[in-house]
Amino acid sequence: MFGIPTQALFSQLLLGLINGSFYALLSLGLAVIFGMLNIVNFAHGALYMMGAFVAWFLLGYAGIGYWGALILAPLAVGFVGVVIERTMLQRLAGLDHLYGLLLTFGLALVIQGVFQNQFGSSGMPYAIPPQLTGGQNLGFMFLPNYRAWVVVFSLVVCIATWFMIEKTRLGSYLRAATENPTLVRAFGVNVPLMITLTYGFGVGLAGLAGVLSAPINQVRPLMGADLIIVVFAVVVIGGMGSIMGSVITGFALGVIEGLTKVFYPEASNTVIFVIMAIVLLIKPAGLFGRAA
Amino acid sequence: MTAATDVLAPAAAPAPRRRDFEVVFALMAALLVAAPFVVYPVFLMQALCFALFACAFNLLIGYVGLLSFGHAMFLGSAGYVSAHAAKEWGVTPELAILLGVLTSGAIGLVVGALAIRRQGIYFAMITLALSQMIYFFCLQAPFTHGEDGIQSVPRGKLFGVLDLADNMTMYFFVLAVFLGGFLLIYRIIHSPFGQVLKAIRENEPRAISLGYSVDRYKLAAFVMSAALAGLAGATKSLALQNASLTDVHWSMSGEVVLMTLIGGLGTMFGPVVGAFVIIAMLNYLAQFGQWVLVIQGVIFVVCVLAFRRGVVGEIGALIRREL
Amino acid sequence: MRLTTATAIAALALSSLGAMAQDKTVKIGNLNDMSSLYADVGGPGSTVAAQMAAEDSGLAAKGWKIEVIGGDHQNKPDIGGGIARQWYDVDGVDVIVDTPNSGVALAVNQITKDKNRVFLNSGAASSDLTGKACTPNTIHWTYDTYALANTTGKAVVKAGGDTWFFLTSDYAFGHALERDTEAVVLANGGKVNGKVRHPLNTPDFSSFLLQAQTSKAKIIGLANAGGDTTNAIKQASEFGITAGGQQLAALLLFLTDVNALGLNVAQGLTFTESFYWDANEGTRAFSERFAKRMKNGAKPTMVQAGTYSAVLHYLKALEALGGNPKDGAKIVAKMKEMPTDDALFGKGSIRADGRKIHPVYLFEVKKPAESKGAWDYYKLKATVPADEAFRPLKDSECPLVKKG
Repeated sequence: MFGIPTQALFSQLLLGLINGSFYALLSLGLAVIFGMLNIVNFAHGALYMMGAFVAWFLLGYAGIGYWGALILAPLAVGFVGVVIERTMLQRLAGLDHLYGLLLTFGLALVIQGVFQNQFGSSGMPYAIPPQLTGGQNLGFMFLPNYRAWVVVFSLVVCIATWFMIEKTRLGSYLRAATENPTLVRAFGVNVPLMITLTYGFGVGLAGLAGVLSAPINQVRPLMGADLIIVVFAVVVIGGMGSIMGSVITGFALGVIEGLTKVFYPEASNTVIFVIMAIVLLIKPAGLFGRAA
Repeated sequence: MTAATDVLAPAAAPAPRRRDFEVVFALMAALLVAAPFVVYPVFLMQALCFALFACAFNLLIGYVGLLSFGHAMFLGSAGYVSAHAAKEWGVTPELAILLGVLTSGAIGLVVGALAIRRQGIYFAMITLALSQMIYFFCLQAPFTHGEDGIQSVPRGKLFGVLDLADNMTMYFFVLAVFLGGFLLIYRIIHSPFGQVLKAIRENEPRAISLGYSVDRYKLAAFVMSAALAGLAGATKSLALQNASLTDVHWSMSGEVVLMTLIGGLGTMFGPVVGAFVIIAMLNYLAQFGQWVLVIQGVIFVVCVLAFRRGVVGEIGALIRREL
Repeated sequence: MRLTTATAIAALALSSLGAMAQDKTVKIGNLNDMSSLYADVGGPGSTVAAQMAAEDSGLAAKGWKIEVIGGDHQNKPDIGGGIARQWYDVDGVDVIVDTPNSGVALAVNQITKDKNRVFLNSGAASSDLTGKACTPNTIHWTYDTYALANTTGKAVVKAGGDTWFFLTSDYAFGHALERDTEAVVLANGGKVNGKVRHPLNTPDFSSFLLQAQTSKAKIIGLANAGGDTTNAIKQASEFGITAGGQQLAALLLFLTDVNALGLNVAQGLTFTESFYWDANEGTRAFSERFAKRMKNGAKPTMVQAGTYSAVLHYLKALEALGGNPKDGAKIVAKMKEMPTDDALFGKGSIRADGRKIHPVYLFEVKKPAESKGAWDYYKLKATVPADEAFRPLKDSECPLVKKG
């Protein structure tokens, strides 16, 4: 197809899917937060970076390896999220989206700046866990085991999250509280607590993505800086607040970006915005969003 | 989305008084005329250009309630065009600036036509997406020289007579451009056209039911804001003698929001104050290296949490005047 | 602000006094990336290097007053140009040093010429600084794209790496590096199988690496810098590219990058530098003193070493002039006239086009087993003598070079 061997195309699709899984995890967190708090969490990229750094810390200072970090780092980042929500975001309830966006933008600057002061900019190495080194020869490409694990694991996390929000009682409270907080409160549900935990959970997902990416990318203070607007675009394309939408869009855009890297590599960072503009013009609420 | 826009405007402000404006404006103009004899003029020129940029941005957010997250595209593209015109074609500065303004106005027309069909956060995202495309174009187009930018742009002779190479002469030219732009914005806001814009900001459905063709008004405001942002960008590229990718990058779009927010959304003088504060910070804190970003971030957070009206907005509330 | 104006006036007063008694004050500005891509390569470390040079010059004992200040250009030409202008106009800076990032360097280059000061560049790569953009006020000290391309390209092709695939950062800098290397590869009988241009700050290189793999080229040339290079190297090892027999040639790699990658991932990389801390007694002694003054105990990169060497030579020239004449072109002319000699780069000279020349080395990163500890990373593979490493004067586009 287009002068590119089918095999190469297959491998590029697969790679796109792998990258998509990061988009999916990150945009899922962003979508959950937006749905519940009506806040565009610009600090998402910084917290993703923090997740990777926590993993690095755990290894270097506590001797806790990758698998421990996979559980502990999201919890740590989630805790930071809870603190942020309790001390700052809570005060913005009822104000325009703009303020939440600006506050989290400021937070992102602070977090990244502090890490940069502490660790410089070139970053730290983090090795692939021994159980997942090596790879499989799929015939059309060499697939590192670790990448396969990333795809499978993030798919499981995304589906579990979707299931929890759409199919469980807790999830139904959550969705109800998004629609009408006052009413849900009247039923005796602690809505502020739920909001806090939702934010913690959303940024915890970002932390998780950070741990997942640590063995692939350098652990750098700026690793999340430019990611945020891409992920944000993913959420907008999928439809603000739509859980499934953001997951599917995350994977799909990873694939599209992967293909762009073959046909017009210079534009691979821009293609998502082109798609975003088109989608917003045709279907303003996003592909999976309900019309406002 | 409509409810949201109300919050953006400082609703507490009482009816504007023309006399207040005149007094404060005269004060500002006097300060700016005296400033270059005390402060480094190149720094002042930079601050003035950003001040005009922030005022242009404020025209949209403060008076129409539209948050554009892509205003850097107007600043940057106008800067590139006028820098290119001045350097490669050797045109006079006023013509170079005019070309820059026309470019950003034209881009504003296209972007605006697409973006005003949506509101609130979606409007912000469309402008962001389109500005990313402009960024990509500027990165790829050969005439922009990629990350090196267009450098050593000649300032030239104004109308072919007045040599702008001298910092002082250039400064007063920039000051004239700034004051002109500023007064133009004041006129726009206080014209019947501006009243309609404010009506749209306060209650769009009502404005529609009153028979105003809201989209046309919004588009017109968008194009004006784009052209004025372009005026700032074009002047800046001549004053600082370069045009670079910094000015089209999305973080510049974020910075102008910061300037306007610190100064005070929807106030006439707020963006000017905000721009001076931010540019001074960037300039004088540069020696602290990474801490600049941290400090900037802290200011963001504190402003959002405690001073949502911004410096000028808070002062205005204190003395119960609209500034 | 008032303070700086006051000092400017004071400086002015001093300089008019200097007409009678020679002016013995010098202000050195390290204009650098203090916060991102190149902060570890140059950054605050270059300020330290410049300070060490000032101390080592021994001028303080002879009644000179030398001050070193630093500024963050954030990799933006407009900000860097703004700081340079302000330093020259207001703060009385005599010489700007280091300045990585070619875009910023070209801006400072021009401003320095307009204001007739001195620009001693160590960190920027663009060979244009001594080519079509050369000025009588600029000296390019440590390395440039031509030297990198020439050394790595030639050595690798000679060692049998005759088919290449380029991973190029889609920026003027990446393009220049790719163009220069390609020319060298072709000139030495090699072949370029293909190239792909990636956007700056790409987190994932797997797609590009796979394209490189499919091309069957023996060598994958990385024409990028900083985080892009380290990510590409890391992922090449993950995807078994290097294990599969293809070799990576990083066209621009610094000591701190290798440190960040760790030897496990970086082993076997070949690349070019003009300074390595563990080369001889002189470099080791300097590096030890340097590391003691760094927050994280880092050894100096070639950029920081170049800053030291350049400032030292600059001060020697001032001493020879008997005072600071506050005339950039005159000082640079003196610097070109005097041969250079220091513990870090050995004996060398500065050419008419402003190019400082010295030997350039091809290094390979050691295997973890070969390394004796922290910062013990390089094996010397080849030395290119000073007169072969850099662009020959006869090919120079620099107008300062008189064509015979």
